[in-house]
Amino acid sequence: MLWTLGLVAVVAGIGWWLVDWWVAAMAVGLGAVAVGWGLWLIDRNWRAWGYAEREDDLLVTHGVLFRKLTVVPYGRMQFVDVQSGPLERRLGLATVQLHTASPASDARIPGLPPDEAARLRDRLAALGEAQAAGL
Amino acid sequence: MTNQDGPPEGRSIGDADAATTRSAGTAVPASGRAPRPRASAADPTPAHFRRLHPLTPLLRGWVWLAGAVAFGGQDAIRAGDPGRFVLILPVIALLGFGAGLASWWFTRYGFDGDALRIDSGIFQRRSRRVRLDRLQAVDVNRPLAGRLLGVSELRLEVAGGSTTEAPLAYLSADDALRLRAELLARAAGIDAETPEAPERVAHEVPLGRLLGSTILSGTFVTGVVLLVSLGGAFVVGGDEVAVGVLSAVFPGALAIGLALWNQFGRNFGFVLAESPDGFRIRKGLLDTKAQTVPPGRIQGVAIRQSLLWRLPGWARVDVDVAGYAGSSGADNSTSSTLLPVAPVDEAVGVMRLALAGADPASIALDPAPRRAAWLRPIGWRRLAYGADDRVIVVREGVLFRRLTAVPHAKTQSVRLTQGPVQRKLDLATVHVDTTPGPVDASIAHRPAAQARRIVEEQAVRSRLARKVDVPEQWMVTHHDGDGAAAASIDQNGSPRVPHDDEEQDPPRHRDPG
Repeated sequence: MLWTLGLVAVVAGIGWWLVDWWVAAMAVGLGAVAVGWGLWLIDRNWRAWGYAEREDDLLVTHGVLFRKLTVVPYGRMQFVDVQSGPLERRLGLATVQLHTASPASDARIPGLPPDEAARLRDRLAALGEAQAAGL
Repeated sequence: MTNQDGPPEGRSIGDADAATTRSAGTAVPASGRAPRPRASAADPTPAHFRRLHPLTPLLRGWVWLAGAVAFGGQDAIRAGDPGRFVLILPVIALLGFGAGLASWWFTRYGFDGDALRIDSGIFQRRSRRVRLDRLQAVDVNRPLAGRLLGVSELRLEVAGGSTTEAPLAYLSADDALRLRAELLARAAGIDAETPEAPERVAHEVPLGRLLGSTILSGTFVTGVVLLVSLGGAFVVGGDEVAVGVLSAVFPGALAIGLALWNQFGRNFGFVLAESPDGFRIRKGLLDTKAQTVPPGRIQGVAIRQSLLWRLPGWARVDVDVAGYAGSSGADNSTSSTLLPVAPVDEAVGVMRLALAGADPASIALDPAPRRAAWLRPIGWRRLAYGADDRVIVVREGVLFRRLTAVPHAKTQSVRLTQGPVQRKLDLATVHVDTTPGPVDASIAHRPAAQARRIVEEQAVRSRLARKVDVPEQWMVTHHDGDGAAAASIDQNGSPRVPHDDEEQDPPRHRDPG
């Protein structure tokens, strides 16, 4: 969303500067439509994110148009990241990401409250340790 | 880290610093439980550590000298004063040689506990430890100049390293072999003095077949077409046109030449042997390479057959080995070759060996449904997958046939993806993720319900298989389960630094037997 707004501002600025005001107007109009659509989608998008801690593996699912479901066995986990950018921190959110030996494993859980993120991290670390196998 | 009784080793391979720790840098192992390097810049190099081969500065320095000659010489000739350059050149050479000599003098390696430690650096000392239980492969490379002088380069591949972690260049040929034997023995968990294990040659690639495989490749055909068209341009258009065409196709021709060299020159005299230490591969015409991949280090196997190779019935076998994918340059594509060309049935035999006996050819394959044709009009008939209790097998490709097998024990994660069109058709794709490399197992376009079942089943299968997998120290039968670790980044984003008490973890130890 922020990216869209930024892009609109840049395109509008360049358009005005290089061509004329109507280019900027068009960019702003398109941007407004995109933002509106995004706002409409955001709810669906948010609801599509989900994760489940099962006995032996972690399930992460997301995506509306392109659906994804990732199963990462705890024993395959190499390390866990907890990240929180400036904006995320301001909103009291954090992202937990699991890494396996495969870069394709896409187990990222964004938008967690920091407490939950810390709990998840510790639990995943403990489980990973208990079930770890060689590479 | 509060749990003190678990095995202390960390197992972050997503980060190079986990398998090797460097004390001089600021890097902190991603794994909080990785043993902290006890060696530090202040910790002097033990006396028994050895230096590299004395010819190292010469072998490394000639590249710089050649560069100085190429650039400086050109400059001097253009300036019309080659005399002064000839005077300066020995000074440059001397300086370069001096720097190389100093660097050689301060680089020493040896075993420190159960890790290989390499100390280097003149002003900024660097001490690097390579944990041998994380060892994925050991290569002994001999570049052409090295062969003439009788020296080799020893490379240790460690999982997760973005580059080859420890190239020891150069060692005398004997030292390299001795060190390799010791590294493998230590990594296997047996006595370090154990001599190199005997081997059995599994496959040799005859010269004629290698030559044939090079000629029967798309690259070669493209090259011929390019040459013919170039000749045509000469004849029809005369010199001026030809020069234009030549300069346009030159980079392409270079790339083609390199690709052909990769198949022929690098795989020249290819020998694949098996031994208790795993697979041994020897190959190379000018630069030779001897790889050793210990048991249980192969993460996935793919057998491929291109359209032209179908005429003689040949195929190639590629493997995923953690560590090879990260190594630099031309190495990463060629290191992963288990067999550059062989008749299909022999290639399947080698694949069976690589999978430790599991037979991918005997697994009944389940084809994709007919409606997959909407998404894969060509080749949907070839889409199929199958699984037994040890491996999962994926077949695909019409022009380029491919059969991929991933042992359940090596499954890193399982993913299900479904795009909008797939959802309309009630299809989904299942990916079985392995470490980076040429092997990619995705089961494309299955009925959605079946795909979900595959994901579930694969998760269970991989869990069961991990329990009976080859231990990391492959000669040690006792297996007590590794300690795992997870590092974290605190909310403020700074990497978590393990506290001092964590260094008190007992040294890693597994009783043999």
